[in-house]
Amino acid sequence: MKEWLKKHDTLYFMLTNKRFVGGMIFILSMVTLAILGPWLAKIELRWYLENGVKEALDPTANIGIPYSPPSSQHWLGTNSFGQDVFLQLVYGLRSSLLIGIIGGGLATFIGLVVGFVSGYSGGMIDELLMMLTNIMLVIPTMAVLIIIAAYLPYRGVMIESVIIGFTGWPWTARAVRSETLSLKSRGFVHLARISAVKPMRIIFGEIAPNMLSYVFMVFILQFGGSILAAVGLDFIGLGPTRGTSLGLMLQQAVLWNAIQLGMWWWIIPPGAIITALVAALYTVNTGLDEAFNPKLREM
Amino acid sequence: MIKIENLTKIYSTGVVGRGGIVAVDDVSFEIKTGEIVSLVGESGSGKTTIGKLILRLIKPTKGKIYFAGREISRYKPLEYYRNVQGVFQDPFSSFNPIYKVDRIFENVNRYLLNLPKSEFWGKVEESLKSVGLNPRDVLGKYPHQMSGGQLQRTLIARALVIGAKFLVADEIISMLDASTRVDVLNILGDLRDSMGLSILFVTHDLSLGYYISDTTVIMYRGSIVEMGDTEKVFKNPVHPYTKMLLESVPTLDRKWKPSEEIFKVEGDVTSFKGGCKYYSRCPFRKDVCREFDGKLSEVEENHWAACILFGGD
Repeated sequence: MKEWLKKHDTLYFMLTNKRFVGGMIFILSMVTLAILGPWLAKIELRWYLENGVKEALDPTANIGIPYSPPSSQHWLGTNSFGQDVFLQLVYGLRSSLLIGIIGGGLATFIGLVVGFVSGYSGGMIDELLMMLTNIMLVIPTMAVLIIIAAYLPYRGVMIESVIIGFTGWPWTARAVRSETLSLKSRGFVHLARISAVKPMRIIFGEIAPNMLSYVFMVFILQFGGSILAAVGLDFIGLGPTRGTSLGLMLQQAVLWNAIQLGMWWWIIPPGAIITALVAALYTVNTGLDEAFNPKLREM
Repeated sequence: MIKIENLTKIYSTGVVGRGGIVAVDDVSFEIKTGEIVSLVGESGSGKTTIGKLILRLIKPTKGKIYFAGREISRYKPLEYYRNVQGVFQDPFSSFNPIYKVDRIFENVNRYLLNLPKSEFWGKVEESLKSVGLNPRDVLGKYPHQMSGGQLQRTLIARALVIGAKFLVADEIISMLDASTRVDVLNILGDLRDSMGLSILFVTHDLSLGYYISDTTVIMYRGSIVEMGDTEKVFKNPVHPYTKMLLESVPTLDRKWKPSEEIFKVEGDVTSFKGGCKYYSRCPFRKDVCREFDGKLSEVEENHWAACILFGGD
């Protein structure tokens, strides 16, 4: 095992990097919590289920006694409406992670395609795509998000992540473009061109694989960025109209004076998870930076 | 085989193409079938740009290039690259570091040749052997496991597999050890003799050019200053720049002593524009050079020079 890892040195440096491993452990445990959440909730709310309260597993159902602090029946207590905070938390975590994957994935994908095409083709196409990118960059994203979100009467997690994905790509596009510019003047790209390889094959077969580590890092940053953007939207009341999310929990907790009422169990868990999740993603990113860039490796 | 007519390439530098660098300035010459032409010049003289233009890696600003009598932009990529191939300066960057060496051959078969697998790899092994490589040392290896000389020869083998009739060899020796240089040069010479391959040999090294080529073209700042039969250009250099280049070639049996006549330039006129491009560095310059249009004139049969003072009529 150790020998095999030594041969794949990037993987070796990834797995021996404290930042990467630490951040990854936290992220994976959050993912596990999100996946196992509904099942854990069944254990938590077994009393209600045994007594035939079928809607107990709906995070928006007002099942418990309002304002109750954490107990064995409600692990993280209930909020002002009697909703179970733990149940909301696991479902909120699910939608936050989903927004991270879809929104971050979409932003990464658009950024990559725009960056590759723009950098590789050059000329008029490049100028047009970069003009579009620059316009997207100078438009304040939050304002656009507010306007778009306000126009949609019914908003789900999907719509929210698509909106975030479509506004988050410009920096990625610019970075990928400049990297493509430097790679396309390499000999192997010229050689592929005089082998009559098609432009798309050159971009995705020759240039893109050389940027795999960078793409991976960009995705992680976009993942964290999308979660934060979604929390921002939720907090000002433009989050999903159905279901729940970590940002919505924070918004309601503030609206219903959770802090003044001393209901720490309502506001601290979602806030802490968001902060820790985004911090862990950035930590993983710096860890990856060290693994992929030999100059930064701790020897 | 390849005919270049009034070729000009201007690299634009401004945002929408305002201003530019003239890399190649109204160049015309011809490469005949089975001929090796060496294109000699210092950095920035435009020699690599001409190679790229012939390989259609960049588009000319003005002028035309003909291959077998037809303008090159009118060929389909497939048709063109089956006949015209290139080998580049840096063998290490010519291979994608994340793939095995086989990849460059796989691309060739997938896009250019479409031969049955066994027939194709048979051809690959054959051409690897013909450039003095053992196929087992090459196939299945990663580029970083091979030496520069091996990689450069693999690239020549690639051009052979394609069966190209014309090869642009862009500074292919400059990254190699002195001992492997002559080997690679001899491979090129053998290919010309046995297969009638025509080669544009781009180099900054006069002695290599002399060793291998039939015709020599000397460039300075985007223009041809002298060209003709290699023997004639080297035996009877006319242009002061050619003389200076020849004088700068180090020889084994004597220490270098700058010749006053060719190197000493009095006064500084670097700001001067127009007229002869070599004016600011030329020790023989006269006022007439300021009016010179840079046209080549015949010195003797198959020997032209662009100098108003020494270059024929």
